[in-house]
Amino acid sequence: MARQITPSQTAGPFLHIGLLWPDGPTVVTGDDPAAIMLTGCIVDGAGDVVADALVETWQADADGRFASAEDPRGPATSGFRGWGRCATDADGRWRIVTVKPGPVPGPGGTTQAPHLDCTIHARGLLRQLFTRIYFADEAQANAADPVLAELPDERRATLLASSVDGGYDLDIKLQGDRATVFFDA
Amino acid sequence: MTGTLIVPGYRREAGDPALATPGYGSTNHRAPDRPLVVLPHTLTEVTGPAFGEGRVKAADADLTRRPAGEPLGERIIVHGRVVDSDGRGVPATLVEVWQANAAGRYAHDSDRHDAPLDPNFTGAGRCLTDAEGRYRFTTIRPGAYPWRNHPNAWRPAHIHFSVFGRAFVQRLITQMYFPGDPLFGQDPIFNAVRDERARQAMISSFDLDETVPEWALAFHFDIVLRGRDAVAFESGDDEDDH
Repeated sequence: MARQITPSQTAGPFLHIGLLWPDGPTVVTGDDPAAIMLTGCIVDGAGDVVADALVETWQADADGRFASAEDPRGPATSGFRGWGRCATDADGRWRIVTVKPGPVPGPGGTTQAPHLDCTIHARGLLRQLFTRIYFADEAQANAADPVLAELPDERRATLLASSVDGGYDLDIKLQGDRATVFFDA
Repeated sequence: MTGTLIVPGYRREAGDPALATPGYGSTNHRAPDRPLVVLPHTLTEVTGPAFGEGRVKAADADLTRRPAGEPLGERIIVHGRVVDSDGRGVPATLVEVWQANAAGRYAHDSDRHDAPLDPNFTGAGRCLTDAEGRYRFTTIRPGAYPWRNHPNAWRPAHIHFSVFGRAFVQRLITQMYFPGDPLFGQDPIFNAVRDERARQAMISSFDLDETVPEWALAFHFDIVLRGRDAVAFESGDDEDDH
Protein backbone atom coordinates (compact mmCIF):
# COMPACT_ATOMS: atom_id res chain seq x y z
CA MET A 1 0.00 0.00 0.00
CA ALA A 2 1.31 3.39 -0.93
CA ARG A 3 2.34 5.68 1.90
CA GLN A 4 0.20 8.72 2.62
CA ILE A 5 1.73 11.76 0.90
CA THR A 6 2.73 14.65 3.11
CA PRO A 7 0.05 17.27 2.50
CA SER A 8 0.92 20.73 1.29
CA GLN A 9 0.66 23.70 3.67
CA THR A 10 0.93 27.40 2.94
CA ALA A 11 4.40 28.92 2.71
CA GLY A 12 2.99 31.82 4.76
CA PRO A 13 4.02 35.48 4.78
CA PHE A 14 7.60 34.92 5.95
CA LEU A 15 8.79 32.58 3.21
CA HIS A 16 11.60 35.05 2.40
CA ILE A 17 13.55 33.86 5.45
CA GLY A 18 14.11 30.44 3.97
CA LEU A 19 13.63 30.75 0.24
CA LEU A 20 15.36 33.85 -1.10
CA TRP A 21 18.52 33.25 -3.08
CA PRO A 22 20.67 36.14 -4.34
CA ASP A 23 20.89 34.45 -7.75
CA GLY A 24 17.35 33.06 -7.76
CA PRO A 25 16.10 35.38 -10.52
CA THR A 26 19.15 34.87 -12.77
CA VAL A 27 18.51 31.65 -14.63
CA VAL A 28 21.17 32.94 -17.00
CA THR A 29 23.46 35.90 -16.47
CA GLY A 30 22.60 39.15 -18.18
CA ASP A 31 25.64 38.89 -20.46
CA ASP A 32 24.22 35.79 -22.18
CA PRO A 33 23.47 37.09 -25.68
CA ALA A 34 20.14 35.24 -25.68
CA ALA A 35 19.06 36.60 -22.27
CA ILE A 36 15.54 37.92 -21.93
CA MET A 37 13.78 39.52 -18.98
CA LEU A 38 10.53 37.78 -18.07
CA THR A 39 8.35 39.89 -15.80
CA GLY A 40 4.88 39.87 -14.34
CA CYS A 41 2.52 41.17 -11.72
CA ILE A 42 0.26 39.07 -9.49
CA VAL A 43 -3.16 40.48 -8.62
CA ASP A 44 -5.73 38.99 -6.23
CA GLY A 45 -9.52 38.83 -6.48
CA ALA A 46 -9.95 42.19 -4.74
CA GLY A 47 -7.71 43.85 -7.33
CA ASP A 48 -4.85 44.21 -4.86
CA VAL A 49 -1.33 43.27 -5.82
CA VAL A 50 0.15 40.20 -4.14
CA ALA A 51 3.32 41.53 -2.55
CA ASP A 52 4.34 38.45 -0.54
CA ALA A 53 4.39 35.69 -3.15
CA LEU A 54 7.20 33.53 -4.48
CA VAL A 55 7.28 32.64 -8.17
CA GLU A 56 9.29 29.67 -9.41
CA THR A 57 9.87 28.72 -13.04
CA TRP A 58 11.12 25.56 -14.74
CA GLN A 59 11.88 25.30 -18.43
CA ALA A 60 13.90 23.75 -21.21
CA ASP A 61 16.93 25.46 -22.69
CA ALA A 62 16.90 27.10 -26.13
CA ASP A 63 17.26 23.64 -27.71
CA GLY A 64 14.31 22.19 -25.80
CA ARG A 65 16.46 20.17 -23.40
CA PHE A 66 16.12 19.97 -19.61
CA ALA A 67 18.89 20.19 -17.00
CA SER A 68 17.56 17.04 -15.36
CA ALA A 69 18.60 13.39 -15.15
CA GLU A 70 14.87 12.61 -15.45
CA ASP A 71 14.87 13.66 -19.12
CA PRO A 72 14.90 10.30 -20.99
CA ARG A 73 16.87 11.97 -23.78
CA GLY A 74 19.66 12.67 -21.26
CA PRO A 75 20.34 15.90 -19.42
CA ALA A 76 21.01 19.12 -21.27
CA THR A 77 24.68 19.71 -21.87
CA SER A 78 24.38 23.48 -22.17
CA GLY A 79 25.02 24.07 -18.45
CA PHE A 80 21.65 25.80 -18.27
CA ARG A 81 20.07 25.73 -14.79
CA GLY A 82 16.51 25.87 -16.06
CA TRP A 83 15.01 26.98 -12.78
CA GLY A 84 14.27 30.45 -11.47
CA ARG A 85 12.89 31.87 -8.23
CA CYS A 86 11.80 35.42 -7.46
CA ALA A 87 9.68 36.96 -4.69
CA THR A 88 7.17 39.61 -5.66
CA ASP A 89 7.98 43.18 -4.61
CA ALA A 90 5.73 45.79 -2.99
CA ASP A 91 4.06 46.33 -6.39
CA GLY A 92 3.33 42.62 -6.80
CA ARG A 93 5.96 42.35 -9.53
CA TRP A 94 8.51 39.61 -10.15
CA ARG A 95 11.23 39.26 -12.78
CA ILE A 96 13.66 36.62 -13.93
CA VAL A 97 16.46 36.71 -16.49
CA THR A 98 16.40 33.62 -18.67
CA VAL A 99 16.36 32.46 -22.29
CA LYS A 100 13.32 31.66 -24.37
CA PRO A 101 12.93 27.88 -24.24
CA GLY A 102 12.89 25.80 -27.39
CA PRO A 103 9.99 23.56 -28.38
CA VAL A 104 9.62 20.37 -26.35
CA PRO A 105 8.15 16.99 -27.39
CA GLY A 106 4.59 16.46 -26.18
CA PRO A 107 2.22 13.50 -25.87
CA GLY A 108 1.35 11.47 -28.92
CA GLY A 109 3.99 12.86 -31.24
CA THR A 110 2.91 16.46 -30.76
CA THR A 111 5.30 19.34 -30.24
CA GLN A 112 4.75 21.72 -27.37
CA ALA A 113 5.21 25.42 -28.04
CA PRO A 114 7.94 27.21 -26.07
CA HIS A 115 6.72 27.46 -22.49
CA LEU A 116 7.74 27.61 -18.83
CA ASP A 117 6.06 25.83 -15.96
CA CYS A 118 5.39 28.36 -13.22
CA THR A 119 4.39 27.87 -9.59
CA ILE A 120 3.23 30.45 -7.06
CA HIS A 121 3.54 30.10 -3.28
CA ALA A 122 2.11 32.65 -0.84
CA ARG A 123 0.14 33.31 2.29
CA GLY A 124 -3.43 32.28 1.55
CA LEU A 125 -2.36 29.52 -0.85
CA LEU A 126 -2.67 26.18 0.93
CA ARG A 127 -0.89 24.55 -1.96
CA GLN A 128 1.09 25.93 -4.85
CA LEU A 129 -0.65 27.35 -7.87
CA PHE A 130 0.63 25.78 -11.07
CA THR A 131 0.43 27.57 -14.39
CA ARG A 132 2.33 27.84 -17.66
CA ILE A 133 3.80 30.82 -19.45
CA TYR A 134 3.74 30.83 -23.26
CA PHE A 135 4.83 33.56 -25.69
CA ALA A 136 2.31 35.58 -27.69
CA ASP A 137 4.76 35.96 -30.59
CA GLU A 138 4.84 32.18 -31.20
CA ALA A 139 1.42 32.07 -32.84
CA GLN A 140 2.16 29.14 -35.12
CA ALA A 141 3.71 26.98 -32.40
CA ASN A 142 0.99 27.95 -29.94
CA ALA A 143 -1.70 26.89 -32.42
CA ALA A 144 -0.20 23.37 -32.46
CA ASP A 145 0.40 23.11 -28.70
CA PRO A 146 -1.51 20.20 -27.11
CA VAL A 147 -2.06 21.93 -23.77
CA LEU A 148 -3.26 25.24 -25.21
CA ALA A 149 -5.52 23.29 -27.59
CA GLU A 150 -7.61 22.07 -24.65
CA LEU A 151 -8.39 25.59 -23.42
CA PRO A 152 -11.27 27.83 -24.56
CA ASP A 153 -10.04 30.74 -26.71
CA GLU A 154 -10.72 33.42 -24.13
CA ARG A 155 -8.78 31.58 -21.44
CA ARG A 156 -5.80 30.67 -23.63
CA ALA A 157 -4.80 34.34 -23.79
CA THR A 158 -4.23 34.42 -20.02
CA LEU A 159 -1.10 32.29 -20.52
CA LEU A 160 0.51 34.33 -23.32
CA ALA A 161 3.31 36.70 -22.33
CA SER A 162 3.50 39.84 -24.46
CA SER A 163 6.67 41.04 -26.07
CA VAL A 164 8.02 44.15 -24.34
CA ASP A 165 11.32 45.99 -24.53
CA GLY A 166 14.02 43.51 -23.44
CA GLY A 167 11.73 40.54 -22.99
CA TYR A 168 8.21 39.48 -22.12
CA ASP A 169 5.57 40.40 -19.56
CA LEU A 170 2.51 38.59 -18.24
CA ASP A 171 0.08 39.51 -15.48
CA ILE A 172 -1.28 36.70 -13.32
CA LYS A 173 -4.78 37.17 -11.97
CA LEU A 174 -5.80 34.79 -9.18
CA GLN A 175 -9.57 35.32 -9.46
CA GLY A 176 -12.26 36.99 -11.57
CA ASP A 177 -13.35 37.28 -15.19
CA ARG A 178 -9.85 37.33 -16.65
CA ALA A 179 -8.35 34.90 -14.15
CA THR A 180 -5.23 33.05 -15.24
CA VAL A 181 -5.61 29.37 -16.10
CA PHE A 182 -4.29 27.29 -13.20
CA PHE A 183 -3.63 23.60 -13.65
CA ASP A 184 -4.22 20.49 -11.62
CA ALA A 185 -0.74 19.19 -12.32
CA MET B 1 17.13 13.31 -32.83
CA THR B 2 15.69 10.90 -30.31
CA GLY B 3 13.03 8.30 -31.02
CA THR B 4 9.95 7.53 -28.97
CA LEU B 5 10.18 8.81 -25.42
CA ILE B 6 8.59 7.14 -22.43
CA VAL B 7 7.43 9.76 -19.96
CA PRO B 8 6.06 8.28 -16.72
CA GLY B 9 3.66 10.68 -15.03
CA TYR B 10 3.05 11.11 -11.31
CA ARG B 11 -0.02 9.96 -9.41
CA ARG B 12 -2.67 12.41 -8.26
CA GLU B 13 -2.81 11.35 -4.61
CA ALA B 14 -5.29 12.35 -1.92
CA GLY B 15 -4.47 14.43 1.12
CA ASP B 16 -3.75 17.98 -0.01
CA PRO B 17 -5.94 20.77 1.39
CA ALA B 18 -8.54 22.53 -0.74
CA LEU B 19 -7.31 25.91 -2.00
CA ALA B 20 -10.62 27.55 -1.02
CA THR B 21 -10.77 27.15 2.76
CA PRO B 22 -13.02 29.94 4.13
CA GLY B 23 -11.84 29.46 7.72
CA TYR B 24 -8.40 30.67 6.61
CA GLY B 25 -9.21 34.27 5.69
CA SER B 26 -6.29 34.88 3.33
CA THR B 27 -7.62 32.25 0.93
CA ASN B 28 -10.73 34.33 0.18
CA HIS B 29 -9.18 36.65 -2.40
CA ARG B 30 -6.32 34.35 -3.40
CA ALA B 31 -7.66 30.84 -3.99
CA PRO B 32 -8.58 30.47 -7.67
CA ASP B 33 -12.35 30.72 -8.16
CA ARG B 34 -12.44 28.64 -11.35
CA PRO B 35 -11.87 24.90 -11.58
CA LEU B 36 -8.28 23.83 -12.19
CA VAL B 37 -7.54 22.39 -15.63
CA VAL B 38 -6.03 18.90 -15.59
CA LEU B 39 -2.53 19.04 -17.07
CA PRO B 40 -1.09 15.90 -18.64
CA HIS B 41 2.43 15.25 -17.42
CA THR B 42 4.92 15.97 -20.20
CA LEU B 43 8.68 16.26 -20.19
CA THR B 44 8.41 19.68 -18.54
CA GLU B 45 6.49 18.31 -15.56
CA VAL B 46 8.44 15.08 -14.99
CA THR B 47 11.83 16.78 -15.00
CA GLY B 48 12.97 19.19 -12.32
CA PRO B 49 15.93 21.15 -11.06
CA ALA B 50 18.94 19.55 -9.38
CA PHE B 51 21.18 21.50 -7.04
CA GLY B 52 24.77 20.48 -6.49
CA GLU B 53 26.92 20.45 -3.40
CA GLY B 54 28.23 23.88 -4.33
CA ARG B 55 24.96 25.45 -3.29
CA VAL B 56 24.86 24.02 0.24
CA LYS B 57 27.44 24.02 3.03
CA ALA B 58 27.39 21.42 5.83
CA ALA B 59 27.00 24.26 8.36
CA ASP B 60 23.71 25.30 6.69
CA ALA B 61 21.99 22.33 8.38
CA ASP B 62 22.80 23.64 11.87
CA LEU B 63 20.56 26.60 12.70
CA THR B 64 22.09 26.92 16.18
CA ARG B 65 25.64 27.60 15.11
CA ARG B 66 26.16 31.32 14.80
CA PRO B 67 29.44 33.19 15.27
CA ALA B 68 28.25 35.49 18.06
CA GLY B 69 26.65 32.82 20.23
CA GLU B 70 23.92 30.22 20.48
CA PRO B 71 20.21 30.95 20.21
CA LEU B 72 17.95 30.58 23.24
CA GLY B 73 15.50 27.73 23.41
CA GLU B 74 15.21 23.98 23.49
CA ARG B 75 17.85 22.49 21.16
CA ILE B 76 16.42 19.76 18.91
CA ILE B 77 17.45 17.52 16.04
CA VAL B 78 14.92 17.15 13.23
CA HIS B 79 15.64 14.32 10.84
CA GLY B 80 13.98 11.89 8.49
CA ARG B 81 13.83 10.78 4.88
CA VAL B 82 12.45 12.27 1.71
CA VAL B 83 10.74 9.38 -0.07
CA ASP B 84 8.05 8.95 -2.69
CA SER B 85 4.81 7.21 -1.77
CA ASP B 86 6.23 3.91 -3.04
CA GLY B 87 8.93 4.25 -0.39
CA ARG B 88 11.79 5.05 -2.74
CA GLY B 89 14.27 7.48 -1.22
CA VAL B 90 14.89 10.71 -3.08
CA PRO B 91 18.66 11.30 -3.01
CA ALA B 92 20.48 14.62 -3.40
CA THR B 93 17.37 16.74 -3.29
CA LEU B 94 17.37 20.18 -1.71
CA VAL B 95 15.52 20.60 1.60
CA GLU B 96 15.02 24.17 2.84
CA VAL B 97 13.55 25.07 6.25
CA TRP B 98 12.51 28.25 8.01
CA GLN B 99 10.85 28.88 11.34
CA ALA B 100 10.08 31.23 14.23
CA ASN B 101 12.43 31.45 17.20
CA ALA B 102 11.76 29.92 20.63
CA ALA B 103 9.56 32.90 21.53
CA GLY B 104 7.38 32.51 18.45
CA ARG B 105 8.88 35.44 16.53
CA TYR B 106 10.19 35.32 12.96
CA ALA B 107 13.31 37.27 12.02
CA HIS B 108 11.25 39.08 9.37
CA ASP B 109 10.35 42.76 9.03
CA SER B 110 6.67 41.96 8.60
CA ASP B 111 6.33 39.95 11.80
CA ARG B 112 4.61 42.27 14.33
CA HIS B 113 4.24 39.75 17.16
CA ASP B 114 5.24 41.36 20.47
CA ALA B 115 7.83 38.74 21.39
CA PRO B 116 11.61 39.10 21.49
CA LEU B 117 13.88 38.59 18.52
CA ASP B 118 16.94 36.45 19.12
CA PRO B 119 20.11 38.00 17.67
CA ASN B 120 21.59 34.51 17.36
CA PHE B 121 18.74 32.95 15.40
CA THR B 122 17.81 33.64 11.79
CA GLY B 123 15.62 30.54 11.53
CA ALA B 124 16.79 29.44 8.06
CA GLY B 125 18.54 26.22 7.07
CA ARG B 126 19.13 23.97 4.09
CA CYS B 127 20.69 20.64 3.19
CA LEU B 128 20.82 18.02 0.47
CA THR B 129 19.47 14.54 1.15
CA ASP B 130 21.99 11.68 1.16
CA ALA B 131 21.97 8.62 -1.11
CA GLU B 132 19.00 7.12 0.81
CA GLY B 133 17.06 10.37 0.95
CA ARG B 134 17.98 11.18 4.56
CA TYR B 135 18.24 14.72 5.90
CA ARG B 136 19.12 16.09 9.35
CA PHE B 137 18.91 19.55 10.92
CA THR B 138 19.94 20.90 14.31
CA THR B 139 17.73 23.77 15.45
CA ILE B 140 15.72 25.04 18.39
CA ARG B 141 12.09 24.22 19.00
CA PRO B 142 9.95 27.07 17.59
CA GLY B 143 7.32 28.77 19.73
CA ALA B 144 3.62 29.11 18.96
CA TYR B 145 2.50 32.58 17.93
CA PRO B 146 -0.73 34.56 17.58
CA TRP B 147 -2.13 35.72 14.25
CA ARG B 148 -5.21 37.73 13.37
CA ASN B 149 -7.18 35.17 11.38
CA HIS B 150 -9.93 34.80 14.00
CA PRO B 151 -10.36 35.89 17.65
CA ASN B 152 -7.51 34.59 19.82
CA ALA B 153 -5.98 32.66 16.90
CA TRP B 154 -2.66 30.90 17.54
CA ARG B 155 -0.56 28.87 15.13
CA PRO B 156 0.65 25.53 16.49
CA ALA B 157 4.46 25.42 16.62
CA HIS B 158 5.78 24.41 13.20
CA ILE B 159 8.80 24.37 10.91
CA HIS B 160 8.28 25.23 7.24
CA PHE B 161 9.78 22.68 4.82
CA SER B 162 10.44 23.13 1.10
CA VAL B 163 11.41 20.05 -0.95
CA PHE B 164 12.05 19.61 -4.67
CA GLY B 165 12.01 15.88 -5.46
CA ARG B 166 12.89 14.60 -8.94
CA ALA B 167 10.11 16.21 -10.92
CA PHE B 168 8.63 19.69 -10.93
CA VAL B 169 5.24 18.16 -10.08
CA GLN B 170 6.74 16.66 -6.91
CA ARG B 171 7.60 20.13 -5.59
CA LEU B 172 6.25 20.46 -2.05
CA ILE B 173 6.10 23.19 0.57
CA THR B 174 4.61 22.04 3.86
CA GLN B 175 4.83 22.53 7.62
CA MET B 176 6.09 20.05 10.20
CA TYR B 177 4.20 20.05 13.49
CA PHE B 178 5.05 18.63 16.92
CA PRO B 179 3.19 15.73 18.55
CA GLY B 180 0.36 16.48 20.95
CA ASP B 181 0.10 20.22 20.28
CA PRO B 182 -3.02 21.56 22.07
CA LEU B 183 -3.46 24.22 19.36
CA PHE B 184 -4.30 21.82 16.53
CA GLY B 185 -8.05 21.97 17.11
CA GLN B 186 -8.40 25.71 16.46
CA ASP B 187 -5.95 26.04 13.56
CA PRO B 188 -7.61 26.40 10.13
CA ILE B 189 -4.34 25.81 8.24
CA PHE B 190 -3.66 22.44 9.88
CA ASN B 191 -7.35 21.49 9.60
CA ALA B 192 -7.56 22.52 5.94
CA VAL B 193 -6.27 18.98 5.47
CA ARG B 194 -9.57 17.18 5.93
CA ASP B 195 -8.40 13.60 6.24
CA GLU B 196 -7.15 12.44 9.65
CA ARG B 197 -4.48 10.13 8.23
CA ALA B 198 -3.19 12.93 6.04
CA ARG B 199 -3.09 15.36 8.99
CA GLN B 200 -1.06 12.83 10.96
CA ALA B 201 1.48 12.81 8.12
CA MET B 202 2.35 16.44 9.00
CA ILE B 203 3.15 15.66 12.65
CA SER B 204 6.66 14.62 13.63
CA SER B 205 7.27 11.93 16.21
CA PHE B 206 9.48 12.18 19.27
CA ASP B 207 12.57 10.06 18.64
CA LEU B 208 14.31 8.98 21.83
CA ASP B 209 16.88 6.92 19.90
CA GLU B 210 18.20 9.98 18.09
CA THR B 211 18.25 12.16 21.18
CA VAL B 212 21.80 13.19 22.00
CA PRO B 213 22.35 12.74 25.76
CA GLU B 214 23.19 15.93 27.63
CA TRP B 215 22.68 17.95 24.45
CA ALA B 216 19.49 17.76 22.31
CA LEU B 217 16.08 16.13 21.96
CA ALA B 218 15.13 14.66 18.58
CA PHE B 219 12.08 14.50 16.32
CA HIS B 220 11.56 12.31 13.27
CA PHE B 221 9.72 13.57 10.19
CA ASP B 222 9.53 11.76 6.86
CA ILE B 223 8.44 13.75 3.84
CA VAL B 224 6.45 11.66 1.39
CA LEU B 225 6.21 12.96 -2.18
CA ARG B 226 3.92 11.77 -4.97
CA GLY B 227 4.79 8.43 -6.55
CA ARG B 228 5.24 7.63 -10.21
CA ASP B 229 2.24 6.49 -12.15
CA ALA B 230 2.34 2.86 -13.16
CA VAL B 231 0.85 3.79 -16.54
CA ALA B 232 3.51 5.24 -18.79
CA PHE B 233 2.43 7.05 -21.91
CA GLU B 234 4.46 7.80 -24.95
CA SER B 235 5.79 11.08 -26.13
CA GLY B 236 7.98 11.58 -29.13
CA ASP B 237 9.02 13.89 -31.87
CA ASP B 238 7.54 13.91 -35.34
CA GLU B 239 10.56 12.74 -37.25
CA ASP B 240 11.38 9.46 -35.62
CA ASP B 241 8.36 7.82 -34.19
CA HIS B 242 6.78 6.33 -37.26
